[in-house]
Amino acid sequence: MKITLKVWRQQNGKTPGEFKTYQLNDVSEDMSFLEMFDILNDDLVRKQDEPVAFDHDCREGICGMCSMYINGRAHGPMTGTTTCQLHMRHFKDGDTIVVEPWRATAFPIIKDLMVDRSAFDRVIQAGGFVSVNTGNAVDANSVPIPKQDADKAFDAAACIGCGACVATCKNASAMLFVSAKVSQLALLPQGQPERHIRVKKMVEIMDAEGFGNCTNTGACEVECPKEISLENIARMNRDYLVANIAD
Amino acid sequence: MKLDAKIPEGAIADKWTKYKATIPLVNPANKRHIEVIVVGTGLAGAAAAATLGEMGYKVKAFCFQDSPRRAHSIAAQGGINAAKNYSNDGDSVHRLFYDTIKGGDYRSREANVHRLAEVSTAIIDQCVAQGVPFAREYGGLLDNRSFGGVQVSRTFYARGQTGQQLLLGAYSALSRQIGRKQVDMFSRHEMLDVVIIDGKARGIIARNLVTGEIERHFGHAVVLATGGYGNVFFLSTNAMGSNVTSIWKAHKKGALFGNPCFTQIHPTCIPVSGDHQSKLTLMSESLRNDGRIWVPKKQNDTRKAVDIPEEERDYYLERRYPAFGNLVPRDIASRAAKERCDAGYGVGTSKMAVYLDFSDSINRLGKKVIEARYGNLFEIYEKITGEDPYTMPMRIYPAVHYTMGGLWVDYNLMTTIPGLYATGECNFSDHGANRLGASALMQGLADGYFVLPITIGEFLSKDIQTKAIPTDHPEFEKAEREVKEKISRMMSINGTQPVDHFHKQLGKVIWEYCGMSRSAEGLQKAKKMVQEIRADFWKNVRVPGKADGMNPELEKALRVADFIELGELMIDDAYSRNESCGGHFREEYQTEDGEALRDDNNYAYVSAWEYKGENEQSVLHKEELIFENVKLVQRSYK
Repeated sequence: MKITLKVWRQQNGKTPGEFKTYQLNDVSEDMSFLEMFDILNDDLVRKQDEPVAFDHDCREGICGMCSMYINGRAHGPMTGTTTCQLHMRHFKDGDTIVVEPWRATAFPIIKDLMVDRSAFDRVIQAGGFVSVNTGNAVDANSVPIPKQDADKAFDAAACIGCGACVATCKNASAMLFVSAKVSQLALLPQGQPERHIRVKKMVEIMDAEGFGNCTNTGACEVECPKEISLENIARMNRDYLVANIAD
Repeated sequence: MKLDAKIPEGAIADKWTKYKATIPLVNPANKRHIEVIVVGTGLAGAAAAATLGEMGYKVKAFCFQDSPRRAHSIAAQGGINAAKNYSNDGDSVHRLFYDTIKGGDYRSREANVHRLAEVSTAIIDQCVAQGVPFAREYGGLLDNRSFGGVQVSRTFYARGQTGQQLLLGAYSALSRQIGRKQVDMFSRHEMLDVVIIDGKARGIIARNLVTGEIERHFGHAVVLATGGYGNVFFLSTNAMGSNVTSIWKAHKKGALFGNPCFTQIHPTCIPVSGDHQSKLTLMSESLRNDGRIWVPKKQNDTRKAVDIPEEERDYYLERRYPAFGNLVPRDIASRAAKERCDAGYGVGTSKMAVYLDFSDSINRLGKKVIEARYGNLFEIYEKITGEDPYTMPMRIYPAVHYTMGGLWVDYNLMTTIPGLYATGECNFSDHGANRLGASALMQGLADGYFVLPITIGEFLSKDIQTKAIPTDHPEFEKAEREVKEKISRMMSINGTQPVDHFHKQLGKVIWEYCGMSRSAEGLQKAKKMVQEIRADFWKNVRVPGKADGMNPELEKALRVADFIELGELMIDDAYSRNESCGGHFREEYQTEDGEALRDDNNYAYVSAWEYKGENEQSVLHKEELIFENVKLVQRSYK
């Protein structure tokens, strides 16, 4: 296949960026989207040019590191798919593909398609855990958990922290990400003692990091590669309200 | 050099308990002044950093990814073993210990493996307490499944994403300590050397991957938890960034390297589709619970799988190993697949694949049950291959997945450099010549949560008087200078080939000659080839851009330079071991029916290699393995 790539190039967060156009003539449909970038970069290095910087690691859709905005959609055209799991068989010969970084105030650009998502880490550090030191646990089967609850908690816990929800939201809201962690722990007995303080602290830091407000458009759920449900946001809103009333 | 494994006295079942009770302690007031560096934030690293932080030590944690949550433990699919005996099928600590020793083909250290089996149960408790959503039965209790090489169900799982859930549990514990300022987290940092002062590991040199700055960090002790080196093969199931650099630098500074040639080739991976391939994807071993592996009975059969009638299919694992069938250990399943493909029975366009077929299970249990068990794996398969495994069998082939070898450590998990520890996959310790499925997660968390935080007290308790050493110490300066010189040497080559060119070449040589089967002749040839690749690399590599900023090509180049050196050591190790055991299959040493032929009289030892300098032959030391509790027998899964 012949593919034309328009890729966002930006040296660092301080200098302005621009689109550059690259022509690839020998793209196989079995290639993953990132393998196409490997070929582009190989080419650029051989031409004494600087390769495109992009984040990626596991390349099996689970680490959450890859993060390209492809043709106006986070992680590209396929639903429930990360960029690294997107394969070229979903594009056509002669296609032009526009690739941009995540764009959000809370995710400053580092270089080209690479952004700084450490704000997510700081939200988790504020309360996305159960306070249990190593060695303090009781026997794992001493607290039975209904299968439905465990399954729902798992669905929320499947979030890979890639930031597609933020990138796709017109307000760059992080509600889906934050609510997934809040929900996971709110659904389990282990999460109950800190349920109120957790949601308050996480929301506080989420706001302080510069993420926008949620206006319930649901775009995040549509673009989430792990199909995290909007229900989690509703659950978090309820918990947040209850926690504030309880004070 | 005399290798002292420091195995405690006493009966095997009492060693750990008694030893724990006698390890010197560091009191809380002193812990506040003791700094520990942890490199890597996978299961072992995140668990160790979090636990050390909880105990009151000042911890600095490092990872090369943009967040500690992304370490490659996250990609582990199938599960984690623990001797809980929740399934009431006769499991026990002793059985898990025995299975692990046997599965490792009798090349691991009894005392370490027994400790691993002992702490396995506490891991499950800890993870559940953190909110890890393991699979449950309708009664609300935890569900188990079976894995290769064992006859009990002791594997806990969270759909096909167990590694993700366990890592996020450890990450949340780590995040809590970062929030409490007990742990200082350095993401997007790569360790490039260890600093040794007066014979003890006292810090690291790290490169800030965003700014390119070379930084010095002091620690009273340094814990490496940097994972395996499977990417020496270029194609593996490891993440793109997984590398050997930290342990290789430690090796060059004096830490012995244990069993470097013991690598695990996983039998069920999605086959290579072309030259563009950048990595391989695993299909979890758990699939072998319900999937049947077969090839056509006819050579070069080009019919579609569904058109081949039952009687013309060869379920070769069930045929050769009736007792364990499709659930034989990984090394055996991998070699059996290679044997069939080499003999011309392979399937798919490349003919380098076998079928993993779920139709029987779907007929027996219904599509819904199979979907609940393996849905996400089937999805991954379909995304990569464009084929639907519910209606046509998966095509699979073995791929590099795990490295049993790693830095040699004693019972305390300390390397031969005092104060330098290695945990998780980056040490050699628990899996011998072959790791059983669902045991990597167990070992990572055992080391991180329950072993290292205790055993490190042995070293640190003698260090309570040691003040933090300022990083303008000459040894820090020297180490930093060496790192900088290496980087500028690399940048100035300005050759013609990108880094991947050399990495792919190296991978092909190691896969061909030091992969699933090895021979003395092939290994000798390979050694020369690797030396040539190395010379070529340092003459012709091109690293674009600048060193003082984000430069992924430079990161790769630094890693590949180390992989090339490691490759040579793996070859030396494979050449020196004149027997077959576990994943190390020497063609010269096999039984009449093609099984690995061990030589316990001469090779029941851990090979521990000492680095002697550039272009010098490494020196082999041996730790004799003493088996007091397990009788050495020919492994049989028939």
